[in-house]
Amino acid sequence: MTTVVSSPVQHLEVNGIPFEAVIGIECHVELKTETKMFCGCRNLFGAQPNTNVCPVCLGLPGALPVPNRIAIELLVKAGLAFGAEIPAFSKFDRKNYFYPDMPKNYQISQYDMPLSVGGSVSFWLPDGTKKSVNLTRIHLEEDTGKSIHSGSSDGRIAGSTSSLVDFNRAGVPLMECVSEPDIRSAAEAVAYLEALKRTFVALGVSDVKMEEGSLRCDANVSIRPAGWAALGTKSEIKNMNSFRSVLRAIESELARQADVLSRGGRIVQETRGWDESSGVTIPQRSKEQAHDYRYFPDPDLVPIEFSKDDVRRLRDAAGTLPQARLERLIEVDKLTVAAAHQIVDTAGLADFYEAAARMSGSPQATANFLLGDLARLANDSGVAVAASGATPEALAELVALTASNAINSKTAKDLLVRIWTSGGSPSHIVEAEGLAQVSDLTAIDRLVDEVIAANAQTCADFRAGKNKVMGFLVGQVMKASRGKANPALAEERLRARIEAGSPA
Amino acid sequence: MCVIGTRTTCASKILGDWVAPYTATAVERLLRAGALPLGKTNLDEFAMGSSCENSALATTHNPWDPTRVPGGSSGGSAAAVAAGEAVIALGSDTGGSIREPAAFCGVVGFKPTYGRVSRYGLIAFASSLDQIGPLSKSVEDAALVYDLMAGKDPCDATTVDRPVEATLGGFPKDLAGLRVGIVRDFALDRLEPDVRAVYEAAYGDLQRLGADLVEVALPTADYGVATYYLIAPAECSSNLARFDGMRYGLRAEGADVLETYERTRAAGFGNEVKRRILIGTHALSSGYYDAYYVRAQKARTLIAADFARAFEACDVIACPAAASPAFEFNAKSDPLAMYLMDYYTIPMSLAGVPSLSVPCGYVTPQGSDKPLPLGLELTAPLFAERLLIGVARAYESGTQHAAHRVPPVLEASAR
Repeated sequence: MTTVVSSPVQHLEVNGIPFEAVIGIECHVELKTETKMFCGCRNLFGAQPNTNVCPVCLGLPGALPVPNRIAIELLVKAGLAFGAEIPAFSKFDRKNYFYPDMPKNYQISQYDMPLSVGGSVSFWLPDGTKKSVNLTRIHLEEDTGKSIHSGSSDGRIAGSTSSLVDFNRAGVPLMECVSEPDIRSAAEAVAYLEALKRTFVALGVSDVKMEEGSLRCDANVSIRPAGWAALGTKSEIKNMNSFRSVLRAIESELARQADVLSRGGRIVQETRGWDESSGVTIPQRSKEQAHDYRYFPDPDLVPIEFSKDDVRRLRDAAGTLPQARLERLIEVDKLTVAAAHQIVDTAGLADFYEAAARMSGSPQATANFLLGDLARLANDSGVAVAASGATPEALAELVALTASNAINSKTAKDLLVRIWTSGGSPSHIVEAEGLAQVSDLTAIDRLVDEVIAANAQTCADFRAGKNKVMGFLVGQVMKASRGKANPALAEERLRARIEAGSPA
Repeated sequence: MCVIGTRTTCASKILGDWVAPYTATAVERLLRAGALPLGKTNLDEFAMGSSCENSALATTHNPWDPTRVPGGSSGGSAAAVAAGEAVIALGSDTGGSIREPAAFCGVVGFKPTYGRVSRYGLIAFASSLDQIGPLSKSVEDAALVYDLMAGKDPCDATTVDRPVEATLGGFPKDLAGLRVGIVRDFALDRLEPDVRAVYEAAYGDLQRLGADLVEVALPTADYGVATYYLIAPAECSSNLARFDGMRYGLRAEGADVLETYERTRAAGFGNEVKRRILIGTHALSSGYYDAYYVRAQKARTLIAADFARAFEACDVIACPAAASPAFEFNAKSDPLAMYLMDYYTIPMSLAGVPSLSVPCGYVTPQGSDKPLPLGLELTAPLFAERLLIGVARAYESGTQHAAHRVPPVLEASAR
C-alpha cells in the first residue's frame, strides 16, 4: 500500500480563534464476489461493455432480484472486523430516483435496518498516535451502470453530444461504510481510508482500488471553534479519485470554509465536487435540490435474518485481522508505525514475522531483516518471502546468531541469500562450514598485526589524522579472516595497536 | 407475462413493440409440461383496473353480453376461456384481477397463496400482492395448472420453499363436516335483491352438500380498499419507474434527459396508471410516508390477523366475488366506484391467502334478455390450496352452474 505523505499539520484559524476540522467519511466499496448482487452475472472489472448483463441487472420488465449470500457474508465479516453489531434482522429497501445508468430507476439499498451497526476503526498516525473512528453503519446495495459521455472534450456530460451506458457494473455488490464525524484532519481521513482498505483486503472483501472505482468516497466536512461540541454546517465533497486527492480536497475545503468565516460569511449546506486540476472544490448541488428518495422496503426481497451461530461462524472464519496485528506490532513489539504497516500490508509477511519474532524474541531485529535484506531479495526475485526457502525458524536463528555475536552481519547477509534459494538452517551451516564470527582476541590480534605490517603507509596516514582509512583497514582484516572476524572488535584492536605504535 | 420472442405489452403504449427476451417461470413450467401457448390476452393497462377498459390497445367484450365489460384486470383471459377460445388462461391477481373477471365471465379463477407461484417474468404491478393463477372452465383444470406452476423458484426470492401439496385428484364428494365461514361484515343486504338471492342460494347449496355455516368476523376488511390503494400504488410508482424511454419501449425525444422522461411517460401511460403512480409517489414521499404507507402496512397486518382468527372458527370462507354482475361499458367512470368493485377480493390479496371464484348462478338485468353469471368466492388459510380446490370442486359438481350453461354467443354459433 502506498502511503500518502501528508502535508504539515494544517492550522485552522478564524480571526485569531483556533478552529478544528470535523470530518465524516462515506465510502462505497465494491465487493469481490464471483457474481453480482442480485443475479448470476459475473462481477468483473474491465470486460467489454454490456457483456455481463441479464434481464435482472438490466432491470427488464418482470425480472426479479435474488440476493447473493456471499456478498451478505462478506459485509458481515467486514462489520465484525470492526467490532460492529450484526442485527438479527435486516432488510433491503428501494431508493427511488431517475438516472439513465440505473436500469430500474431505483437502487436496491438498505435504509433503516443495515446489516452492520456501529463498530470502530483504529489506526496509527505516522507519529505513533493511535486514533479510533466510530462507524455509524455498513450497508449493502447494488452498484449502478456507468455512463460514458462522448462529444465533449473532457468526457464529461457538459458539452457532450451523446451518452452511452455500460451495464456491466449495474448490480455489482456495493458496501457503503459510513463513519461518525470523528476525523479531525485530512491526514487522519487518509489514514482512516488506508485502515479500511487494509482490513477489506485482508478479509478478501474487496480489491479496494480507487483507480478502478472499487473504492469511492465522499467526505462530509465542517469546521468549528476548537473544543466546541456543536457541529458546524457541513459540505459534502465528492469526486475524489485517489487518497492523494482526498487529502488535497479536504485540506482545500477546510481552508475555504475558514476563509468564508473569516470574511464574515456563512457556510451553506451543499454538495461540492473536487476539481483535481484547479485544486478547489466547486458547488454542485444545494440542500434544497436534494432528492426525496422515497425509500420503502423492497417487496421483491424477503428480510435477512442472522442467528448468533451464523455470526459466530463468520467471526471465527476471519482469522487475525490487520487492526489486531498492528496493535501487537506497534504497542507490544514497539515497531515503528511505518514498519508495522509495511509488514501488515505485504501479503503473507505478517504471519511470517509473528512466527519469527516469537521464536527469536527480538521483534525489532526480526523486522529489520524482514524489511531490509529479505524485502530486497523478494523484490529482486519477484518471489514472496513466505514462498522462498527462508522459514520463520531460519530467520529466528539468524537473528539469534547475530544478536549473540556468533556471526557478523556480513555472514548474516550471505546466509540469508543462501537460505533464500536453498533453504536450510543457519546454525547448521555456520557450524558445518565454520562461519562463526571470530571474536577471539588472540586470533583477531594476529590478523590485525598482519594487516598493519602489510599497510605501513596507510597506518601512517591514519596516525596523521586520516580517519577514513580505518574502513579500508577493517576491510583488510575481514578479508584476511574470510569474512568471519567481528568487525567491531577488529576496528577496536586496529585503533589500539596503531595508536600504540607499530610493533614492527 | 414474458414469453420469449413474443410481444409483451401489458396493454400499455409505453412498452410499444417490446419483445420479451426470456420466459416467465410459471409459463416455462407449463410449456415444459406440454402446454401449447395460443396467444396473449387483453388486460387493463399494467393490470390496473376492474373492467379491462383501461387497456390502451383493444376492447374486450363480455361473451355473455357484448355490451358489458369482461371484468378486470385479466378480462381478456376470462373472456377467452368463457368464449371457448382457450381451455385455460393465466392471469395475475393483485386485488381481484383473476377472481372478478372470472365471476363476470362465468369461469373459475384461482389466486394461489402469495409466494406459491413464481412472479419471475410477470411484469410487476404491486410486487407484494401480485400472484399468477389460472382461469378455466372447471375447478379440475385450475388444479391441473396450479400443480404444474406452483413451488419454489430460485429466480423469485418471495416464493416459499415448502412442499407443494397436489390439488388435483382425490376430490371430496361432498362437504360433510366442513365449516364454512360466512363473513358477518359482508352482509348480503347491501346487494341488489336478485344478486342477493343467488348468494343466499349458494350458501344454501353449501349447506345442502354437508357444510356447516358459521358466522365469522373480518372487522378490518372494510379498510381493505383504502389500504390497498396506498400499498399497491406505492409499489407501482417504483415498479413502473423503469419505463422511461431509455432502454426499450416507447421513447418520446425531448431536449434533455428530463424532458425525454417526461414526454415518454406522458405519452406512454394511460390515465389510471398515471393516477396510481401519482398516488403512490405521494404516499412514499418524505413527510407523508408514515401517515400513508406505514399506516397502510399496519392495517394490512391487522387484516391478515383477522383472517387468521376467522380460520380458527372455520375451514374456508365463502362470500360474493363481486357485488354485481358485469356492468356496461363506461358505467364506472368514477375511479372510486371502480375501485369498490374489488371490495370482496382485496382483503384476501392483502392477507395473501388463497382464494378463488367459482360460478354460482345467474341474474338477468331488467330490460335485458341476457343472463349474467355471478361468482362465489371461496377462501382458505395460507397454503391450504388442496382444501380450497377440493371444496370448490365439490361445490361445482354439486351445483353444476358452470357445466349447464354457456354464453349465448356460443349457443348462437352452435346452432
